Amino acid sequence: MSAILPPGQRLWWKQPLDRVEVTWILIAFTWCMVMFFMMPYWHVYGKQNLSTETYRTTPEAFAKKAQAVIDQYTVRTETDEKIPVVHPPAGADVFLIARLWSWQPILELEVGQTYRLHLSAMDYQHGFSLQPENINIQVLPGYEHVVKITPNRAGTYAIICNEFCGIGHHKMVSKLYVK
Amino acid sequence: MANSEQFRVCPRTGLQYHKSAEALIKANAFVAVVFLLIGGLLALVIALTRWQAIHLVQADTFYMLLTAHGLDMLAFWVIFFEIAVLYFCSSTLLRCRLATPRLAWVGFALMLIGSVMVNVTVFKGDSTVMFTSYVPLPGHWSFYLGLILFAVGALIGCFIFLGTLVVAKAEKTYEGSIPLVTFGALTACIIAVFTIASGAIILIPTFLWAAGYISHIDPLMYRTIWWAFGHSSQQINVSAHVAVWYAIAAIVFGAKPMSEKVSRGAFLLYILFLQLASAHHLLSDPGLSVEWKVFNTSYAMYLAVLASMIHGLTVPGAIEIAQREKGYTRGLFEWVRKAPWGNPVFSGMFISLFGFGFLGGISGVMMGTEQLNMIIHNTLYVPGHFHATVVIGTTLAFMSLTYFLIPTLFNREVILPGLAKWQPYVFGLGMALFCLAMMGAGTLGVPRRHWDITFAGAALPYEFPGAALLMIATFAVAGVIAVIGGGMYVLVTVGSLLWGKRLDAGVYSSETSVLKMPVVSALTGHGQAAGFAAPGTFVVAMVFLTAFVLYYFVNWKYLSTVWGIA
Ligand code: HEM
Ligand SMILES: [Cu+2]
Ligand SMILES: [Cu+2]
Repeated sequence: MSAILPPGQRLWWKQPLDRVEVTWILIAFTWCMVMFFMMPYWHVYGKQNLSTETYRTTPEAFAKKAQAVIDQYTVRTETDEKIPVVHPPAGADVFLIARLWSWQPILELEVGQTYRLHLSAMDYQHGFSLQPENINIQVLPGYEHVVKITPNRAGTYAIICNEFCGIGHHKMVSKLYVK
Repeated sequence: MANSEQFRVCPRTGLQYHKSAEALIKANAFVAVVFLLIGGLLALVIALTRWQAIHLVQADTFYMLLTAHGLDMLAFWVIFFEIAVLYFCSSTLLRCRLATPRLAWVGFALMLIGSVMVNVTVFKGDSTVMFTSYVPLPGHWSFYLGLILFAVGALIGCFIFLGTLVVAKAEKTYEGSIPLVTFGALTACIIAVFTIASGAIILIPTFLWAAGYISHIDPLMYRTIWWAFGHSSQQINVSAHVAVWYAIAAIVFGAKPMSEKVSRGAFLLYILFLQLASAHHLLSDPGLSVEWKVFNTSYAMYLAVLASMIHGLTVPGAIEIAQREKGYTRGLFEWVRKAPWGNPVFSGMFISLFGFGFLGGISGVMMGTEQLNMIIHNTLYVPGHFHATVVIGTTLAFMSLTYFLIPTLFNREVILPGLAKWQPYVFGLGMALFCLAMMGAGTLGVPRRHWDITFAGAALPYEFPGAALLMIATFAVAGVIAVIGGGMYVLVTVGSLLWGKRLDAGVYSSETSVLKMPVVSALTGHGQAAGFAAPGTFVVAMVFLTAFVLYYFVNWKYLSTVWGIA
């Protein structure tokens, strides 16, 4: 009676269980339930739950909306490429465009304020990765994902791309300021 | 019909090989090892490129080789070997002829053509799209076609396996129920059929899109269905390597399952919840509801995790009981100390079991938690996790099985036994360090699939903390060690086939014998029903649980400190 032979008993399902097995199954099952209920629990009591607010969009439509916000709230530009730095009022809708191979615009936010961040990609899939905070969100073309963010520490952050998006993928990096 | 078939009985193991099945098992296992070799060489180059101090190849080459590495390893090495395992677990373990060997060769040919096609396309530089080929990142149509052909070939292999089970039943080559190991292989096979169907649903339109017949494929739909294929195939791997663990426990120790009911029930849980798997990969995606994510990512309340935790107990538990019956009863762990640590069949399997559970299992559940996913999604944590599952878990289990197969299937003595003895340690422990360091880098935010985390030449570069660079250097060094361990494996196996001393194969004849049910007197598993038969294993399991619980909550703690996200 070994695992590579047929079970020694025709009625193998009637074999009684050892206490080691029963005990472990009960403990493991309990732990599985704890882990399961942690997720709904965090939706009620936790502060980090990715929103599911999503709209279908097109690259053109999204870029247009984003541009309107950029035009309204740009406070200065940075680098030779004149990347706009946008400082929106608290609670505002802000847009971040992911495209080959840049993030636009640079956002300047305030500690403790909540913003509605709209994310979408113009071409391929990209990965929004906020460093060193290490918050990571997939960005898809054709989908406008609205995430409410509340920065809790001042500083200069980076947004890097962590979904492979072609040969310039490792150059797709930008900044985000929290004042 | 059955009478004209040729069989031989291995004089060393008593296993009965059907001549046609034997050739197919050998061919599939051999091609698998060739892909492992290619994938291993690629691994060396990409690991040395990610190590920023060495940065071996240019960006375009790196991304191309990374694409090839993922496919050659996770698709071609693993699945060719699994087909060999399926044929072994059906035809050999059930002592019956393989159903329609000709068709099996057709399947083999399709898999071979498909895998070569994919490699040619990738190495031409036409399809640097990574393992996942997320649309709309464009690959060449021949890339998707190659994958489709490969999948069809593998599907044929699955049906041959199922057909062989039917043959065995019809021709009454065994008594009672199929062995547990065959049951595990059946689990893998059922999951594979579902998986390949999902693969077809997504790859065929993607192929048509690449060929210009379809204008648009929705990226979210692609991800959802692709992962129904991509993650379910990991369930195949788990089922297959768990079956191999049980097989090795039986072969090396004569261990019998603690309870057939529990082990089979656990395999059944894998089948029941497999279709929910794709959610793991979509937790940080837009457009999917919370309920869908929570229910699916936990496989309906973690019941598949429960299954793995059960196997994690019952495999070593079965070994412990077998060892105790041999008289190694002192203390909690004499049975461990007296295990054959110099036998690579055993040591590899044991490292595989522990590496899979402690490194792969715990990290997998952590990152598969809806909210926690956000702090590791697409970082190096992800490859860190899955190298623990598919390399330490699946690959090392398959390697261990090979050491058993060389004398019985290939009838050769294993050459360089000293090297073989160390191989699982070099490979397994190298890989364990590799995984830990990769997960460490991921925890610090280092992205996966990234050529240059110093962002040289970027307008607004970011500087990762020094610890991140140290982690990367560590996994690169550990990766080199693991590649050496992999090289030792290829050297020993291929070398044994070429130069190993020939062993008596037994003679082919058309006589067969029925696989008898072993005689047992009472309706008990191991003579100790309702006792506490494996206390050592239980203690280890509790240590495992403690590590699991601590690590799990540490991550929630960390999550609670990051920005508010709603
Ligand atoms: C021999 C030791 C191995 C080493 C040193 C190694 C190393 C690596 C490295 C450095 C990466 C790149 C991580 C990144 O930058 O994103 C990688 C990716 C990967 N490896 Fe391995 N690997 C090994 C074996 C294996 C095996 C045996 C398998 C499968 C059974 C495997 C499957 C993969 C997959 C699927 C990827 C991801 C490819 C992608 O992102 O598309 N590796 N490996
Ligand atoms: Cu990108
Ligand atoms: Cu990218």
